[in-house]
Amino acid sequence: MHPAYSVIFFTTASGAGYGLWIWLGLRTLLDGIPDRAAPGVTALVLGGVLVTLGLLSSTFHLGHPERAWRAFSQWRSSWLSREGVAALATYLPVGALFLAFLFPGALPGAGLFAALMVLGALATLWCTGMIYASLRTVPEWNHGLVPANYIALAAATGALLLATIDAGFGQRSEALLLVAAAALLAAALMKWTYWQRIDGAPAPYTLEQAIGIPGASAIRPLDPPHTQPNFVMREMGYAVGRRHAGRLRRWALALLFALPLVAVVIAALVPVLSLIALPLALLSAGAGVLVERWLFFAEARHVSMLYYGAALGGTEAAAR
Amino acid sequence: MTSLPADTPKKLGLVIDLDTCVGCHACVTSCKEWNTGGYSAPLTDHDPYGADPSGAFLNRVHSFEMEIDGRGRTVHFPRSCLHCEEPDCVTVCPTGASYKRAEDGIVLVNPDTCIGCKLCSWACPYGAREYDHDDGVMKKCTLCVDRIYNETLPEEDREPACVKACPTGARAFGDLADPDSAVSRNVAERGGFDLLQEFGYKPVNKYLPPRDPATAGITPAPVPEERIGAPRDRLERLFAWIDDRLSD
Repeated sequence: MHPAYSVIFFTTASGAGYGLWIWLGLRTLLDGIPDRAAPGVTALVLGGVLVTLGLLSSTFHLGHPERAWRAFSQWRSSWLSREGVAALATYLPVGALFLAFLFPGALPGAGLFAALMVLGALATLWCTGMIYASLRTVPEWNHGLVPANYIALAAATGALLLATIDAGFGQRSEALLLVAAAALLAAALMKWTYWQRIDGAPAPYTLEQAIGIPGASAIRPLDPPHTQPNFVMREMGYAVGRRHAGRLRRWALALLFALPLVAVVIAALVPVLSLIALPLALLSAGAGVLVERWLFFAEARHVSMLYYGAALGGTEAAAR
Repeated sequence: MTSLPADTPKKLGLVIDLDTCVGCHACVTSCKEWNTGGYSAPLTDHDPYGADPSGAFLNRVHSFEMEIDGRGRTVHFPRSCLHCEEPDCVTVCPTGASYKRAEDGIVLVNPDTCIGCKLCSWACPYGAREYDHDDGVMKKCTLCVDRIYNETLPEEDREPACVKACPTGARAFGDLADPDSAVSRNVAERGGFDLLQEFGYKPVNKYLPPRDPATAGITPAPVPEERIGAPRDRLERLFAWIDDRLSD
């Protein structure tokens, strides 16, 4: 599948933003409104910048960005529409919490806003994952691990981001570093499981089924329908990076999990180094998510490519 | 609205005969010709006469080699939107631009509300939708909705352009919800089938399988020598008569 750059940037940036809001919301639920407004306000605003930049960039791959508002209408059937609605709705509790942080005590129900913000962020991330997971045409995506993974990666990068902001304000929070480490490990484990699953997956459909002629076997393309690749081949048959999947997976694991984990441990043990270690961890994790997202697309095979002679199934199945 | 109609009284669609399709691509070019000047904006081409031509087409013809019951066959295989009864290409659309008509089951894209997110093309296992990079909207087979109901056309022309163009009659258009329609009867007689039935989109378009040459009443072509006929010379005719007598 062809990865739209804007969609990769969108899910990476807004994922970190939503993850940040999730941990900030949970902390607010546990500890209440902090006396010092600046760290919380900074986290809310930075999350807002990341989420908004991501949402705006996601419209860049559209043929008609000026019609993007129409995408809020079909939430009954479309996960993409639901994602838009959830993203828009999440801004409301975020705005309320922003005011509650700025003017402590002025607004009742800060806990409710925090809870709604966490739920809204989780719902948006879940919808993003379900856009892919609901497509039976792409067997690599059609799995419950996909939305769970989007949430896990957002939680991991968001926790790093919140820890970095805290460090920037000279706050120490071992608990948050522990949360960040756990989120990184959980996301790594989930990604690893995902890769194991898609590698071993049998081909769900064959060219024989795609053609459908009863009793037909040993089908192979003879003459192509067109001399040059068309939209379907470029979009569904895109595989740049797939050949290097093994190496890219190792890079993703190193950038996304190993390096940030080491940095988090350093920050926990030597707090003086927090302001160097945590931003580095964040940059590394961000780059890792970009690699992981690219692979998520490049390793995905689309059923329609059967007609062009491609095979479905895991990498082992394709190698045969 | 991108929810699917519960049931459509008509199921308009195509029946494609893989026995008689000769892979001439006349349906492809006539489709392009009609639809580039009709209903939606033109079907854009890029570099059409150059080294790397590409463009939006609503119908493509593949050719495959295969074995059917142990016999080698070449099968030409037209592929276009199957106007499925339960397709996700409609339900995934975030704007309602992709829709299935309640009255006749035709699946269409509204070019005025499509945002060009391409998600519908991802949801189609048949690769039937092609994005138009110039218009920024998705294009697909309309079943020539601007021909089949078009009262400004003579009645015999009120069928899809691909059907009109087919020189071997391999394409037929009709109502597959009506069991007495010509297309439905043909599907029943010939054992019409669905593409990728296991996927579960319930395609309306049906395909007819290649006939078994053993039962299709095809007489093999005579060997060239037999077509030369009897010799003119009397003596040679005698030799030929003896040759005949002595054979088998």
